[in-house]
Order: sequence, then C-alpha cells, then structure tokens
Amino acid sequence: MQRPVPRPPGRGLAHGVPAVLSVASAFVLWEIYVRASGISPLVLPAPSRVLGQIVENRALLWDNTVPTLRATFAGFALSLTVAFSLSVALDFMPRLRRTLFPIFVVSQTLPLVAIAPLVVLWFGFDMTPKILLVALVTFFPMLVALVDGYDATDPEIENLMRAMGASRMQVFRVARFPSAMPYFFAGLRISITYAVVAAIFAEYVGARAGLGIVILNAKNSFRSDLVLAAVVISSLLTLALFAGTALLQRYVLRWRDVEDGR
Amino acid sequence: MSFLSLHDVDLSLGGTRILDAISLHVDKGEFVSILGPSGAGKSTIFRLLTGAVPLQGGTITCAGQPLHGQEASFAFMPQRDALLPWRRIIDNLTLGLEVQGIPRKDARARVTPLLADFGLEAFSTHYPAQLSGGMRQRAALLRTVVQGRAVQLLDEPFGALDALTRLQMQAWFEDRWRTSRWTTLLVTHDVREAVALSDRIYVLSPRPARVIAEMSVPLPRPRLGRPPCAAAHAIEAQLLETLLQQTGN
Repeated sequence: MQRPVPRPPGRGLAHGVPAVLSVASAFVLWEIYVRASGISPLVLPAPSRVLGQIVENRALLWDNTVPTLRATFAGFALSLTVAFSLSVALDFMPRLRRTLFPIFVVSQTLPLVAIAPLVVLWFGFDMTPKILLVALVTFFPMLVALVDGYDATDPEIENLMRAMGASRMQVFRVARFPSAMPYFFAGLRISITYAVVAAIFAEYVGARAGLGIVILNAKNSFRSDLVLAAVVISSLLTLALFAGTALLQRYVLRWRDVEDGR
Repeated sequence: MSFLSLHDVDLSLGGTRILDAISLHVDKGEFVSILGPSGAGKSTIFRLLTGAVPLQGGTITCAGQPLHGQEASFAFMPQRDALLPWRRIIDNLTLGLEVQGIPRKDARARVTPLLADFGLEAFSTHYPAQLSGGMRQRAALLRTVVQGRAVQLLDEPFGALDALTRLQMQAWFEDRWRTSRWTTLLVTHDVREAVALSDRIYVLSPRPARVIAEMSVPLPRPRLGRPPCAAAHAIEAQLLETLLQQTGN
C-alpha cells in the first residue's frame, strides 16, 4: 500500500564518475601531446602550465572574477524578473502574446558581437551594459519555458478549480504556476550556462575589470596560458551555477522524485 | 418541491444540439444517477450546474432559488482524481476550502477529523503519486464532500479504476453514503453501478440527450458486499434493454 521513497545511496556520485574520468583523460591526452610534440607554449600551453598560471595569478584572477560574478548575478536577476513578469502578463493576456512574442524572437536573432559594442557605447563602461547583455542573452529560454509550462496545466485540474469557484488568479497561483515549474527549470538550466559567457563577452568589449578584461589583456600580450587560466575559471563558475540550479530544482520539484520512485 | 430540479433544459454547443428538454429532480438526501451511453452529454449537465456553461433554455432551481452562473451549491468530483501532484494529500484535501478563502489552519481542522473515515490517516503528508488508485479516488471524494456544498456531483468517479478496485470502492462508498446521506447526483454509463448505489435512475438517449426513462430502485441497503438479489438483476436487465434499444443494436 504505502510506497516508500527510494533513493539509492550515492546514486549521484556513481553518475559523476564517468564524466570526471572522461574530462580527466582529455586533459591527460592534451598534456602528453604538448610534451611529446614540443609545441611552443605560446601556441598551446600544457594543462599543467595553465594550472600553474592559475596558482601564480590567483590574486589577479580573483580580483577580476568578482566583477564578472557581480555582473552575472545582477544580469540574471534582471532576466528572471523580466521573464517572470512578462510570462504572467502574456498568460493573462493572450492577445499580448501574439503582439509581443515576435519581438522577443527577434531579440534572440541579434548577433552579440554586433550588439555588445553598441550597448557599451550607449551605457558606458560600468555595470549597466553587462547587466543588460546578460539579461538579453538569458531571458528568452526562461520566458518560453514559463509560457509553455502554464499551458501544460492539466485541463481537468483547471475545470475542477473553476467548479470550486476559483478566480483566474487563484487558478494561476494554485495550478498553472506550479505546473510550469518543471518547464521553468529546463529553461533555467539552459539560461544559466549562457550567463557567465555573456558577462565575459560584455567585458571583453569594454570594461574596467573582469575576466573578460583578463582574457583581452592576456591575448594582446600573447599569453595563451593566462587566457586559458581565465577560461578555466569561467568554466568553473558556470559549472557551479549549473550545480546550484540542479540543487534548487531537486528541492522545488521534490514531489517528482517521489513519483519517479514508484 | 424538490431540492434540485431541472425543467426543460436545452443546450447547443457550437451548433450541435447536446441536451433536449431535460427535466429531472433530486430530493434532499437522495442519491440519483444519470445513466446514458458515452458521449450523450451527461457530463454537460454538470458543467451547466457548476456554471462552466451558461444556461440557454429551461430553468434550474436549487433550494427554491433559480440558478444563475457561479453557484456555491455544488461540489464536483471529476472522473480522474485531478489531485495536484505537487501538493501533499492534506493540502489537496483543503483545496476547495482554500478557494473559498478559508485560512489553511481552519481548513485543515475541518479535514483532519474525516481522514480516518476515508482511510487516509496515515497518508496525509504523502504526495498523490505515492498512493494507490483507490486511495487517490477516496482522497478526491473527501476533497469534494469537505467543501460542505449542498449537492455532490460525481462524474463517473470509479470509471478510471481497475475492476476489482472499482468493486471495493463502490462498496466502501455505499457505506460512507449510508452514514452521511449526501444529496448526490452521479453520472455513469455503468448499469450495475447505478443500480447498486441509486435511489432513482434517469436514462438518457444518445445525443441530443433526452430523458427516456426514469426508474426507482426500491431495494434495501446495503446492497453491495453481498450476493445481488433477483430484483436488482431485473432492474439491471430492464435498464440495459432500454439503453440498447436506443443505440440501435
């Protein structure tokens, strides 16, 4: 009768092993190639050398990671606010959806390479252009996910609630919004992987500090090893954010884990 | 004067005639079934009563008052349980009260004493997916009756269950009904179910639905959980024949 909630111990850990192994072996092959071929470290530095650069320049990297992270979080917060507000507006006003959706799609066709310098030109070298560019790049997957998620609500649940005398607002809050959560997290996972890259790109185009500036300066002085050191930090940031959303998802959608356990 | 009565109710949706001069009534504490072939428009009568579809022709009165739009007289139980999968059972059970604006604490206080009767005591903090089909249906019924509405509208409440669970649920339901005597309108296409549970049965024709027969079931209760008597068989046979004549077989 009662179904316990099974969660195999260490399942997450066991899943991670092949991934770690494949990444590690890629680095080992890279290291072997660089040593065996004698290729110049200006062209292709070995992973060990990149790691050495991270340790050596840790103060520089840390000082420039902070502004990048700040731009990422601020941009993402804006993006989340805009995506959620718009999704609610579109859900309550279907006509607005037909009017505005094409504009959002067009916003996603703009090449970042062209738009980023313009945004910097308009808003200067401060945080504003970075925040705007991060938001521009990340809001769309979340908006689409939310709007589709609302529509995926079980019609029988909505009928039931209307028969109970629920208002449109109550139906949204109790049924449509929670129904959209699995979709929202799918969109969030896509968005979050764009966020750091967008912030770095915005810095690259014009900023006072940030990982993008580190990369720009290192490239201009032919320091491939330092470029890659900053790249490693950027990847780690994205991985950490991705892991954070996965944890949040597991908490918010904990009722689904129960269902899976049947 | 009956508690709930429909008089000459007509309805067309999208140019299709669904209901054709439907007249029926339910007395207080009475269990009435609407029996008809699939797609006849049985559920549409419920949609009229809950205000999902506006009344086009005829009159509906409930407790002596004409029905208009959004009514607070009916509690509706859909065929599938429609439990919210992300809410624990207790929070699903209070849904109707929550919609009425009753604070969560008071809503829980009204639901909790009923959990035992519905066999859900040990499961109030479970998610719906952790419950069997029969338990989920019991939860859906409790969610319906706890709203404290005058009339319970049950739309094929056992239709989605497997045959064995359905029999168990019908017997359990009859038992609950005998102690509570909810005024109930049941929609079903299951002749045996209608005969086992009802005081009276209306038989509808295929679309556009008309009332083609009305039949009392003057059998002693409880009827389930014991071998069915000859009188029940006779009523079932008569109903089946009426239905089969209509569908032209």
